[in-house]
Amino acid sequence: MDAVSRAVESFYGLTTAWGIPWLIPALVIMTIVVSIILGYISVAAMFLIWWERKISAHIQVRFGPMRVGGWHGWAQSIADGLKLLLKEDIIPSRADKVVFVLAPVVVFAAALAGYVTIPFGPGLIVRDLNIGILYMVAISSLTVVGIVMAGWSSNNKYATLGALRSAAQAVSYEVPLVLSLLGPVILAGTMSMGRLVDAQGGTWLGFLPRWYVFPQIVGFLVYFTCALAECNRLPFDIPEAESELVAGFHVEYSGMRFAIFFLAEYANMFAVAAIATTMFLGGWQGPLTTQLPLIGVLWFLLKCYFLIFVMMWLRWTLNRLRVDQLMDFAWKVLLPIAFANLVITSLVVAL
Amino acid sequence: MSMTTPIPIGTQVITERLGETMEEMYVNMGPQHPSTHGVLRLMLKLDGEVITDCIPYIGYLHRCHEKIGENRNYVQIIPYTDRLDYLASMAMNFGYVLSVERLMNQEVPPRAEYMRVILAELQRIASHLLWLGTFGLDLGNFTIFIYCFREREMVLDLFEAVSGQRLNYAFYRIGGMAMDFPDGWIEQCREFLTWFKPRIPEYDALVTDNILFQKRIRGIGVMDGPTAVNYGLSGPMLRASGINWDLRRNDPYSVYDRFEFNVPVFDTCDVWGRFLVRRQEMIESVKIIEQALEGLPSGDIQAKVPKTIKPAAGQAYVRTESPRGELGFYLVSDGTPKPYRYKVRSPAFCNLSALTEMMRGCLVADAVAILGSVDIVLGEIDR
Repeated sequence: MDAVSRAVESFYGLTTAWGIPWLIPALVIMTIVVSIILGYISVAAMFLIWWERKISAHIQVRFGPMRVGGWHGWAQSIADGLKLLLKEDIIPSRADKVVFVLAPVVVFAAALAGYVTIPFGPGLIVRDLNIGILYMVAISSLTVVGIVMAGWSSNNKYATLGALRSAAQAVSYEVPLVLSLLGPVILAGTMSMGRLVDAQGGTWLGFLPRWYVFPQIVGFLVYFTCALAECNRLPFDIPEAESELVAGFHVEYSGMRFAIFFLAEYANMFAVAAIATTMFLGGWQGPLTTQLPLIGVLWFLLKCYFLIFVMMWLRWTLNRLRVDQLMDFAWKVLLPIAFANLVITSLVVAL
Repeated sequence: MSMTTPIPIGTQVITERLGETMEEMYVNMGPQHPSTHGVLRLMLKLDGEVITDCIPYIGYLHRCHEKIGENRNYVQIIPYTDRLDYLASMAMNFGYVLSVERLMNQEVPPRAEYMRVILAELQRIASHLLWLGTFGLDLGNFTIFIYCFREREMVLDLFEAVSGQRLNYAFYRIGGMAMDFPDGWIEQCREFLTWFKPRIPEYDALVTDNILFQKRIRGIGVMDGPTAVNYGLSGPMLRASGINWDLRRNDPYSVYDRFEFNVPVFDTCDVWGRFLVRRQEMIESVKIIEQALEGLPSGDIQAKVPKTIKPAAGQAYVRTESPRGELGFYLVSDGTPKPYRYKVRSPAFCNLSALTEMMRGCLVADAVAILGSVDIVLGEIDR
């Protein structure tokens, strides 16, 4: 990581020596970083789509994609992506065109912006903000704005219902979600994602990793439940319930715009799994990270993909909740638990 | 957008029954909607997510079944009955040939009677499996759908081995059956039964014991016993309302009086009850098939019937217990080779009539579950 920062510094030094204004190298570096993240998100989302299809297939005694690309249909989601790219772009004639076009962009931008503060490995973080986790939660809740835009602008009753459900769900689940994240913040005494991971290094009693999932198991479970609701996964996928609302908010979208929604959904899944890993599972911490920092990336991804696997597992096992049960669960069960967890954590830390 | 929506057809009926206000919105569900199980169209009047009224529109699959029947001779009608309830064609054949046999006082050889019962009960299992799978799909559980289809596939394989067809068999004949079981079929059938019995606990683990699943379907779509009778409900819908009524036991036809089986009755009166009744019925069907395979007599499978079937003038009504409820065939003969009048009393049609009653005050998500619990087949409703 030092090599990277040294290269960046020498790049800055070089451009200053040549008399180029500071803004231009900064823009160049930002573009490079954004391209890397975008590339990662696209590849990761495609992988997740393929993975989800394989997992669902094996849960359901099927094979899933087996043909495209040869080995276990690995190229299936690339082929699907290409197909969606080439499809006709349809905007319903009675739709609000500007909002309709803007909605997938907003959803994807919100998903993308969250990646800025994810610590992928030791020092591998785009910007270690001192309010990292607050920023992440705030930016990821912008997704719902895009969903409401999509639902409203489609001029379709099913889409509107989906958007309304999504808004109600996001408002309800945001509260326990943030409360459950406050536990690790109190324990570590910082909101910076990088320092949160640093605080989870080492072990308790010599064998138990100092991950916050152990003292904060309640917080972790509350967070994970809310995270499922945040990315509209089963059992909380009521905004896009196929059997009720056909497809929910994106019912009128086709081609590339639909693909962007789809991509954003999986990008969001990775983002919430990354938050859970960072806050509760020790981020990139693991054996051999001190000797070989790059192995931290591997630990981080392993933990993230395990959580995503659990999310998929739940999706293909459970059924959907009803709207009122969803609200009951958020306000009557999760919120009191999250509050109790927060109070007890603060008391213990204060004593 | 919701305030000025024009209502496409049947406008007069709707404006008479319902007035759209600023707070309420109409949602047109179907005929192209993933959860209407075919081409049913529902007009839902919503107040937020709460359904204040629901009008089912049927007829998108109407094909003059009864009128066609009056222009065909008695044997030619058999393949048409397949298309009534295409998920339980054997049961449809069964009901129809029974009514013709009653009209002409035709005896049926015992082996054919046993074959009829075996195939009809296998069909009940297949039909309930498909119901369970699609019901899970309605509630957002995809996995149970594939599991159920795995077993249904085996039943279809059995039917294919018998009749050469997978969906529309036309296998029952007036006075017997078209063909005997092929060699090794009975062993194949026993194999299926031994495979199928442990599958029910597997489904239980996935859905029945799942608290989320129970939460979704308990206490919705309530229909108490007297109301169910008044609506003319039958089959699992009626038995879930606490009414102990099964034509196989209350009005035995064919050889059903020779078998021991229970009639599952639940008095929860809701979707959960209907789920349990159908789940239990699959187990009971297995029992009947086992007994029938055990006691399967040898001998002819087809009685001697005239080349041209010309029943004496008269009428006959036979009701049978199809997987969906009381299936009645009413035939009037004027002594010619074609029926003078041919009428089908279809169970799903009567069961669907109670939909509005059950849906009022429910949420949109419940609407899907309630509609699923009725177990409709549009081929039989629209005829």
